[in-house]
Amino acid sequence: MGADRNRGPHPYHEVAIAGIYNTRQARRLPGETMHSLLVEAVFGACADAGVDVGSIDALVGQGPAELTYDLGLGPVTRAFSNLGIPAIRDAAHLITTGEATTVVVTAAGVGMLLDDGATAPWTRPTNELVVAYGLFTAAEFALMARRHMITHGTTPEQLATVAATIRNNGHVHPGAVYSGRGPFTASDILASPMIADPFHLLDCSTTSEGGCAMVLTRADRAADLAQRPVHILGSASDSFGAAYSQAPSWDLRGSGDDVPAGYVGRRAAQTVWRQSGLGPDDVDVCEFYDPFSFEIIRQLEAFGFCGEGEGGQLVMDGAIGPGGRWPITTDGGTMSFSHAGISTQQIQRVIRGVEQLRGACSTMQVAGAEVALCSNGGSGALFNDLMLLGVERP
Amino acid sequence: MSRLEPRLLGIPVPRIGPESVPYWEGTRLGELRFQRCDACGAANFGPGLVCRKCRSRDLTWTRSAGRGEVFSWTVIWRPQTPAFEVPYAPAIVRLDEGYDLLTALVGLDHAEISDGLRVCVEFHEISPEITLPFFAPDPEHR
Repeated sequence: MGADRNRGPHPYHEVAIAGIYNTRQARRLPGETMHSLLVEAVFGACADAGVDVGSIDALVGQGPAELTYDLGLGPVTRAFSNLGIPAIRDAAHLITTGEATTVVVTAAGVGMLLDDGATAPWTRPTNELVVAYGLFTAAEFALMARRHMITHGTTPEQLATVAATIRNNGHVHPGAVYSGRGPFTASDILASPMIADPFHLLDCSTTSEGGCAMVLTRADRAADLAQRPVHILGSASDSFGAAYSQAPSWDLRGSGDDVPAGYVGRRAAQTVWRQSGLGPDDVDVCEFYDPFSFEIIRQLEAFGFCGEGEGGQLVMDGAIGPGGRWPITTDGGTMSFSHAGISTQQIQRVIRGVEQLRGACSTMQVAGAEVALCSNGGSGALFNDLMLLGVERP
Repeated sequence: MSRLEPRLLGIPVPRIGPESVPYWEGTRLGELRFQRCDACGAANFGPGLVCRKCRSRDLTWTRSAGRGEVFSWTVIWRPQTPAFEVPYAPAIVRLDEGYDLLTALVGLDHAEISDGLRVCVEFHEISPEITLPFFAPDPEHR
């Protein structure tokens, strides 16, 4: 290994994921609060890892200040309130810099959905230039998907095949909010009511409630804990700026790179491949974020699993299903497993990646999985976060 | 066939920000305005302090001809809130001056929308302060 930081051992390789936990996930969790779910998740993740709650020296994610006080942990390293994979990266950074040794990432969502007559409040854009046109998240992602369909001939059947695949993964998962609600064919997806053309109801993510947590520690320490450690081989994020405040145009470009907003995540993926020395061919399972069916096709192209415009054919060839080359979103994702607010379901992509690499999945276990690529975000949101996990310490 | 109409009643009203005052002044007067960079000539939208192409801070508000083409669209059948009667059709219109605007398409059936359809602006007042731009098929290209 040379002096080039991009090709030498990456600092993330000093970090391991030692514990994971999902609370119960449900459409509604009456009696639970954000704090009650976070407390349960912290205890659950620490028990999974085999570490004492009292040994936590940093909390990252949602509710860290309240947890620090209520669990009697102070002083801990004052940390951040990022969401999803960036929160996990914050934890990794605290470990690589030596600021903390046992870091817990937390997320929960409850009590956010009270009006069944309208879309979820956080999905409605408030920016003055877009607020009056009745958009919500499905509409913004549809504007991206439509452009891909125009350019490459991507079809509703290809989108529906993605949705059926992911929903069937959730159908057989006993912990999924929509467990047992399938199985689905692509025709079932296409027969569901149209929401924001080209997205039918079953092309879209669900909304639910629940929490989760994850314990990260030094890789050398993780080897002595309760679970087989899962290592971070690489992680990076792309952003095109504030989402839902401008036209989500496929062609939006900054001057720093020629990647258009439609392929947000491509630069981050290239960074992850450099950090890890791996590529798409080395990936065994793809725990991709699935806010809308099209996003799987788009991410397969953005991350280099196929060429531009080839994602639709790839998903029709069986690559993303059980036994396929790159099984996707194997717990049912946001379409079926859970979508609890603004961070939980993003952390859960990485939790599922860890379960796959432990060989611990009760359903849809990818035999012998050693490398998992997890993602958050999507084109309509103008960001994409990636985290590559492996069973071997690099 | 039913023509898409603008949704104007009970919808959220934009709150004018410090950098977009000339934009909303324009729509009240029946003008669509954007910022042109004095240094590189690029069209900039939404309103800002810096040219997104060359980072010059010399931008001049300019009147758009209000004509362009449909770059992308969606047809909504499940409304954001009940105020938005379905169907309605949010769209990205690429103006001839070279910038993209998020708007909604009106004056045609949703099945008539197509990539590159020529459209022109039409204005609808929703409050004393706010007049919104919508886009309808351009009669010069029918």
